[in-house]
Amino acid sequence: MSAETSLDYRIITDIVEPDSKVLDLGCGNGDLLYLLAKEKNAVVQGIELNDEAIYQCVEKGLSVFHSDIDSSLSEYPDKSFDYVILNQSLQEVKRADFVMEEALRVGNKAIIGFSNFAHIKARFMMFFRGKAPITKSLPYHWFDTPNVRFLSISDFKNYCVVKGFKILHVRYLGKRKEVNFWPNLFALNAIFVIQK
Amino acid sequence: MTLKVENIGLVKTQYFTFGEPPDELKLDSGKALGPIVLAFETYGELNADKSNAILVVHALSGDAHAAGFHEGDKEPGWWNDMIGPNKALDTNKYFVICSNCLGGCRGSTGPSSINPQTNKPYGLSFPVITIADMVRAQKYLIDHLGIKKLLCVIGGSMGGMQVLQWVASFPKSVQSAIPIACALKHSPQQIAFDEVGRQAVMADPAWNEGNYYDAEKPERGLAVARMIGHITYMSDKSMEDKFSRRLKDKDYSFKFITDFEVEGYLRYRGDSFVKRFDANSYLYVTKAMDYFDLSGAKLIPKAIDVRFLVISFKSDWLYPSYQSQDIVRQLKIRGVDATYCEINSTYGHDAFLLEVEEETRLIKHFLKKTFHGYNIAR
Repeated sequence: MSAETSLDYRIITDIVEPDSKVLDLGCGNGDLLYLLAKEKNAVVQGIELNDEAIYQCVEKGLSVFHSDIDSSLSEYPDKSFDYVILNQSLQEVKRADFVMEEALRVGNKAIIGFSNFAHIKARFMMFFRGKAPITKSLPYHWFDTPNVRFLSISDFKNYCVVKGFKILHVRYLGKRKEVNFWPNLFALNAIFVIQK
Repeated sequence: MTLKVENIGLVKTQYFTFGEPPDELKLDSGKALGPIVLAFETYGELNADKSNAILVVHALSGDAHAAGFHEGDKEPGWWNDMIGPNKALDTNKYFVICSNCLGGCRGSTGPSSINPQTNKPYGLSFPVITIADMVRAQKYLIDHLGIKKLLCVIGGSMGGMQVLQWVASFPKSVQSAIPIACALKHSPQQIAFDEVGRQAVMADPAWNEGNYYDAEKPERGLAVARMIGHITYMSDKSMEDKFSRRLKDKDYSFKFITDFEVEGYLRYRGDSFVKRFDANSYLYVTKAMDYFDLSGAKLIPKAIDVRFLVISFKSDWLYPSYQSQDIVRQLKIRGVDATYCEINSTYGHDAFLLEVEEETRLIKHFLKKTFHGYNIAR
């Protein structure tokens, strides 16, 4: 793994056991899947909507499906994968609750990575400047953001309790390294490993 | 580093005969047919362990001449953009085979061939064939060439159906499959278009129950069938871009002659088609497509080790993307290694012949991975 590999990719690669079967929902240009195949000998597959990203995945030798996430999971038999990854894509899906249920049906575990809407900078912008927050992990304006939903670390934990999902493991990410102090205030991103 | 894309030079069609009585080919209809000639061409060199062979299967009006030039011809084979040194099907690396389908009229045995028992063209006495029969015949050719396992079978439209049929009929003889712009079965809409084409042929008095080989040919009927076909191969957008409402002359003629460029184009396409295609073959081959049905569990009855690259085109309304997604669904259910891409094209069904750059990007890398092994880390 090179020094430039982003923190979230390093953490996810660290979580996934060798030889795992992995499905990445919203796999982008396939960098994470490639890393998992290379470092962990994982058997990988991706789903991605963006045209150019699909070409880049195929160029890396990855198996990918050109589709949105909401409608692409129903064919998979139960527990087809050891891990289903939703890294920075849960915010963009239309039916988040349905996708979470499906991810935990087709996967034994799910790895969910998302930006924390309750980061101190976001709170500051809302509270003092009265503006929709723009942070390192939420870099978009209100008019150009691909995100359709905004959640905090506390929101997600709460959701898991309500749904009865087991949280097996959580990692909190700052700008360059992990943070463990008051994560809902200081973490830019979080990565959860959950199971049903 | 980008390597220079080159054309294959002169090529020649070869002929392979099999199925001499009493070893005729058994057909899906229950009938037997033989002897059978298959016209085929090959490009590139077969390697020592015969592991680099790719079978290209053509669409309705295609033939064995997929690439390179025939002596004296100005136009290359029908998929020349995709086959050649450093192209998607790189003939520096791969041995590419293409054969004219059974029932065709471009060198392979079909209704216009001479029936050795009567010394006359078969006409309608030619047995009705299926896509599976076409593939059975191709298997004889592949066996004849000494190839146990094809690196890949690739084709668009009816070619894509043959690709799927290869997987269903001979899963152990195929390492990877690339069905492009096709379907597991024809929808009623697709059958309907084929039937209108057939009716156009059969309504031509010259068709004469298929018995026209020593008389005037049913050219009007076949040309109309082809005109309908061409409309279904384009998209609303591609027709607007290509013709809009442009006129052939300055003003309307106020007569029933070709006023619009689109009319002239369709007539030209129809007229040039009848010069190279047999009307009876048109009936037989479209019928084979309509009978084709590998829906549900028929494509892959049990687990197989074949990699798939499924390609569709956004503006293709004749073989819409949902039909390719149906293929993908069947593969996902069975855990088959697959990639699916819907290419963002405005060309309609014709895109599989035209979107060379996009197809090359996908196919080249997919083949490379198939050829060099599954493990990404290697």
